Amino acid sequence: MGQKTVAIVGAAETTELGKIPHMSQIQLHADAALNALADAGLTIKDIDGVATAAHNPVELAHYLGITPTWADGTSVGGCSFMLHVRHAMAAIEAGLCTTVLITHGESGRSWVGRHGPSLFPSELQMQFERPFGVSRPPNMFTIPVLRYMKDHDLSVETLAMVSVIQREWAAKNPRASFKDPITVDDVLNSKMIAYPFRLLMCCLVTDGGGALILTKADRAKDFPTKPVYILGSGESVESPMISQMADFTSSRAFKVSGTKAFETSGISHADVDHLMIYDAFAHLPIYGLEDLGFVKPGEAGDFIAERNTAPGGTLPLNTNGGGLSYMHSGMYGMYALQEGVRQMRGIAPAQVEGAEISVVHGVGGMFSASGTIVLTNSE
Amino acid sequence: MAEPGREIPKPTPETQHFWDGCKQGELLLQTCKSCDHTYFPPRPFCPDCGHREVAVVKATGRARLFSYIINHLPTPGFEVPFAIAVVELDEGPRMMANILECEQTPEALVLDMPLEVTFQPVSDDISLPQFKPASQSTGSGSA
Repeated sequence: MGQKTVAIVGAAETTELGKIPHMSQIQLHADAALNALADAGLTIKDIDGVATAAHNPVELAHYLGITPTWADGTSVGGCSFMLHVRHAMAAIEAGLCTTVLITHGESGRSWVGRHGPSLFPSELQMQFERPFGVSRPPNMFTIPVLRYMKDHDLSVETLAMVSVIQREWAAKNPRASFKDPITVDDVLNSKMIAYPFRLLMCCLVTDGGGALILTKADRAKDFPTKPVYILGSGESVESPMISQMADFTSSRAFKVSGTKAFETSGISHADVDHLMIYDAFAHLPIYGLEDLGFVKPGEAGDFIAERNTAPGGTLPLNTNGGGLSYMHSGMYGMYALQEGVRQMRGIAPAQVEGAEISVVHGVGGMFSASGTIVLTNSE
Repeated sequence: MAEPGREIPKPTPETQHFWDGCKQGELLLQTCKSCDHTYFPPRPFCPDCGHREVAVVKATGRARLFSYIINHLPTPGFEVPFAIAVVELDEGPRMMANILECEQTPEALVLDMPLEVTFQPVSDDISLPQFKPASQSTGSGSA
């Protein structure tokens, strides 16, 4: 098993999620940070490390009144927060700082005080992709999927089942944006966005934020909440251009990150009680289940459709309702981590009884980056 | 010329030869003189082995339809719906393109169908490498 040297001792989302036009983006960071500090019973003066993405960590530190000895502005899209957890763990182990605050805030829907898109522009993408009409995630992230569908004989009905089952999880979550049940027909009759993707196969667009506080594991029992230990982690990046990903049926970044997370944690797939796979679009849980090694290539669609990841299934997946139904401000990775922490604390709205190990897997950009965190509540 | 509002590529010193080629009706790739790797997008070294000596080579222009979406989101310079595709060149590299001279429907856009390059002027200086269904005489060997 992994070393469990670092623990998450504070975790919170913004007080509100959804449409928050009365808060600017930096205030969403701050609201989440103050909630996480209250959760941990700490004050801002206890924080000596900061990390955030798509926002200047300097502004974050100054706005909150933090004088850090360590700062990380790694910004590789929605999985940046998984990378921050991993980097913070290394920094705490190395003695660079003792108590790290990782924040996310994104005015993804209202665009209040938001300075631009969450990803760095890519010069090569500007020359070799943008002129052909790609503009936003729905018409970029989806491009590899027809190749997958042909090579693995995945039907659009099976793809739609991802959205249907995640809505079942969302129905159990009072904070989910969408809770009403949907059918495959509902998905396939929703508005066409980018064939073969329809509206209900695409994530929400909301405002919100979240924050985590990490410190040394040997201090973890001094905090008011149940300690959640970092058991293992992985990260990788591939290409800023969807057209240049090496394999359209599999993400290299997913595989490298996932393999490292399983290796460092020393767990097997059978040990995993709870799983989060960042679902900006319906195909991502399919790629994730395969690239993380839970099923073989081409098997994930049926695995989901046969209800293995649904409520009552053997591998509870995206138990908050996911980016498809819970919320998605643009960089959803923070919310996946929050749900992993809630499950390990035993306080999730759709709690997996007795869960001891949670794997939280994120994507950044359009299969551009990945980060994987293995959490446990086991001593 | 394409409709106004479209993003026009701005060549950099490392990509200028590629865009000059497109203007002349030639699709140019690069091949590493050390490991023979042929690659895209352009850069003055091999992304496989790091070697700096590379040769500019002219592609056949033959490709197959590797994957695509049909975009329904409003997009400046385009009339929706239209396909955004990735094609795989006979030489190996893949690139993004629109599929011209073809109905923009799932029925007409069949994965792995043979394609050939065509050049679409979008400004005085820039022609985009685009693809269209291959004519009989230039059918792709990979079909």
